[in-house]
Amino acid sequence: MNENKNLYGVTALFDSANEIIHAAKEVEKAGYKNFDVNTPYPVHGMDRAMGLKRSTVGFFTLFFGFSGTAFILLFAYWTMSVNYPMVIGGKPFFALPSFIPVTFETTVLLGGIATVVGILAVFFNLPSNNHPLHDTDYMCSVSNDKYGIVIEAEDPKFNENEVTELLKRLGAKKIHTVMNPGKESFPIFEGRFVVFLILVVLVVCGGTYFTLNKVLYLEPFDWMLEQDKLIPQEKSTIFTDNKGMRTTIEGTVARGYLPYPFKGQTIPTETLANPLLPTKKVLEFGKGKFLTFCSPCHGNYADGDSRLHGQFPNPPTLHSARAREFGDGMIYHIIVNGQNTMPSYETQTTSEERWAIINYIRALQRAKNAKPTDLQEVQKELGVNVK
Amino acid sequence: MEVDYSTEAAVVEGNLRLAEIDRIISRPIEERPGKKYLLALSISSSFLLIGAICVGLTFFYGVGMWGNNQPVGWAFGIVNFVFWIGIGHAGTLISAILFLLRQKWRTGVARFAEAMTIFAVMTAGLFPIIHTGRPWLAGYLTPYPNQHGLWVNLNSPLVWDVFAVSTYFTISLLFWYIGLVPDFASLRDKTISKVKKTIYSVFSLGWRHSNRHWQHYEKAYMILAGLSTPLVLSVHSIVSFDFATSILPGWHTTIFPPYFVAGAIFSGFAMVVTVLVFVRKVFDMENIITLNHLERMNKIILATGMMVGYAYGMEFFIAWYSGVQYEQFVFINRAFGPYAWAYWTMVSCNVIFPQLFWFRKIRRSVPAMFIIVILVNVGMWFERFVIIVSSLHRDFLPSSWGMFVPTLVDLGILLGSFGLFFTLVLLFAKTLPVVSISEIKAVAPGSQPSHAGNHNE
Ligand code: HEC
Repeated sequence: MNENKNLYGVTALFDSANEIIHAAKEVEKAGYKNFDVNTPYPVHGMDRAMGLKRSTVGFFTLFFGFSGTAFILLFAYWTMSVNYPMVIGGKPFFALPSFIPVTFETTVLLGGIATVVGILAVFFNLPSNNHPLHDTDYMCSVSNDKYGIVIEAEDPKFNENEVTELLKRLGAKKIHTVMNPGKESFPIFEGRFVVFLILVVLVVCGGTYFTLNKVLYLEPFDWMLEQDKLIPQEKSTIFTDNKGMRTTIEGTVARGYLPYPFKGQTIPTETLANPLLPTKKVLEFGKGKFLTFCSPCHGNYADGDSRLHGQFPNPPTLHSARAREFGDGMIYHIIVNGQNTMPSYETQTTSEERWAIINYIRALQRAKNAKPTDLQEVQKELGVNVK
Repeated sequence: MEVDYSTEAAVVEGNLRLAEIDRIISRPIEERPGKKYLLALSISSSFLLIGAICVGLTFFYGVGMWGNNQPVGWAFGIVNFVFWIGIGHAGTLISAILFLLRQKWRTGVARFAEAMTIFAVMTAGLFPIIHTGRPWLAGYLTPYPNQHGLWVNLNSPLVWDVFAVSTYFTISLLFWYIGLVPDFASLRDKTISKVKKTIYSVFSLGWRHSNRHWQHYEKAYMILAGLSTPLVLSVHSIVSFDFATSILPGWHTTIFPPYFVAGAIFSGFAMVVTVLVFVRKVFDMENIITLNHLERMNKIILATGMMVGYAYGMEFFIAWYSGVQYEQFVFINRAFGPYAWAYWTMVSCNVIFPQLFWFRKIRRSVPAMFIIVILVNVGMWFERFVIIVSSLHRDFLPSSWGMFVPTLVDLGILLGSFGLFFTLVLLFAKTLPVVSISEIKAVAPGSQPSHAGNHNE
């Protein structure tokens, strides 16, 4: 072992590839373990001369490459068959042949990245810009056109004189000792650099904020927020009445809006009959339409408890005897015609919707004025034995 | 001019010593840029600016600024994409496939070709993104968990494309960088400027030319070459799937993958020769990028050019042999229809002119080869134009036939893509070693041990 704690090792330079191969062999033979050869390019046969084992990088690539394969296949399986299965081009959900391209690419991608990161970080232990050999004449020479060998002080057999002697005997041109660098100084902690970093952070943060919050909402990056269309209830300057929502043109009949024969009469002597049966589907449909068109004034259960907070006179309850005695046709008539303050809903609702609403009102009325016999009906329906 | 083809020509001519190689290669980096360089840079960056303006117009007003519309929905955007991706293929072919085939001559041109690959793929990658019209949403192309609960469709060739091109770019970049690490170390130990030294130190990662590293390094280099070889073949195959998996007559053919790969190598080599002809002259590298190298590349151009020619012929044969009326119409329309001029430009540039490379004189004459490779570049651009536009403009329903006419913005973006590519190439030539220093040293005469004397192996 060496006495000088600060000594890194002894370096020697040679002029030709033949010499360095010879030197490496001899040093190996002399029993040194911690030595290295530095050459401007890989010299053939050096691995054998130095007694190095085969490189194991290949296993790294193999492992990560196949991890990529496995990952992408599982990913394809999960996304395309489990998480969001969709039939595409009549293929099965897990269509292996058409996943081959991405599988191959991912294998290569992961294998390649792992190889590069692996050799640099794991095999070479880079980056290592503070290695004692840096910034020496030795390094400059082997970077250019010389061939060097270095025997490290860490070697158990190391003895400065013996090593120098051996290298001289091998015909080295220049022999130097290399010291470990003193205390490391980290230029990244220098004031100037810290200020620079803070500036970078500010610029990046500011730029990101500006991009994400301002730029992305400008035209044309506005996420399609700006759209040249009218939304319901919007004003439009195109029409003279400034209404964005249009009503049917006079003299035309739209689908589902057959003219109502008793229009304008206050109390028609004759009314239409309800063509819809109160099936579950019709009631569901009617409920939706009732909640949309009628409930703002009449309340969710037709109690006349308007949701408009007095902005419009409250209508009477539809559970009154009067309203219950109305024929379906009469309510239909009120919807189409309006009644006193209640406006006409002729343009907003189709006749099918009106009949469905009426069925739903009937259901509400019956529910609010249920008789004991109704309860029996319900129980019968539910299959509960009453007696 | 007698050339002896029976022995392998020296990779490095003029008996250069290692230190001289080092000096020649690093000189362009260390010298201040000359007038000619600045002139070239200003021209290419002006083109780039024109392209940038046209792209800006596209983003602002939408892709309606381009000439493509029904029925030609894919035009310049995709033509340029396929063209530039193709250019990239030569680099990987030289750096990976020729490496595995132990073609030593590749060392002189590999670095440059790899750089061109990277720049060409970057240029190419822009096109699909700007073609979407909303390029800032390009992230949607990647499979990531999102609030819509949607995933990309892994059955779609367009998604394969995203995977292929991004993998290709990443692997090429890594391959290129890993090759540059020892050169950065050499530059680091040569330079006297403090700033440069810091930069080189960062990028060289503290490389020490240690043989314990070289050992893994060489292995890793070979592995990367092994990975890149099928990769480069897959990329243009997948690009061709964008067309071949459709049901459009003129696209729906099984010959597309090999045909595209051959075409890519063909066009890529043409571009490499185009650029290297200048580089070796301007940077006095005639001894490192030798005439023999150029001649070899010309031979590859000749070979791949004939493959492409075969594919052109075979397409016609299959159209006739299939008996499908629509196929037959598309090919007759290609050769004699309104875009016949484009078709015959393509055939003459890609098939006829490269035949001149049968003559040794032309193969080894720099001006002659320059003219031919420029024609090949033009021809290969037109090949993609012909495939895309002439197949789309007249398909099944004559009532929906139409013509494609490029707009000024289209042309501006095409010009801009050349601007981008050449600006990057020029910046590269002045900032990084254009030839791999360590690789060239390794193949210089007398650099490897003779295994004589006391080497009993
Ligand atoms: C703008 C508020 C408003 C809306 C919305 C509204 N109504 Fe009315 N409704 C009234 C008012 C107010 C009356 C009382 C009119 C009167 O004084 O005769 C009324 C009366 C009625 C009557 C008669 C009750 C009676 O006892 O005379 C019926 C039936 C009726 N509405 C059904 C409906 C239906 C069905 C809808 C949904 C299509 C609807 N209404 C939507 C305000 C509204």
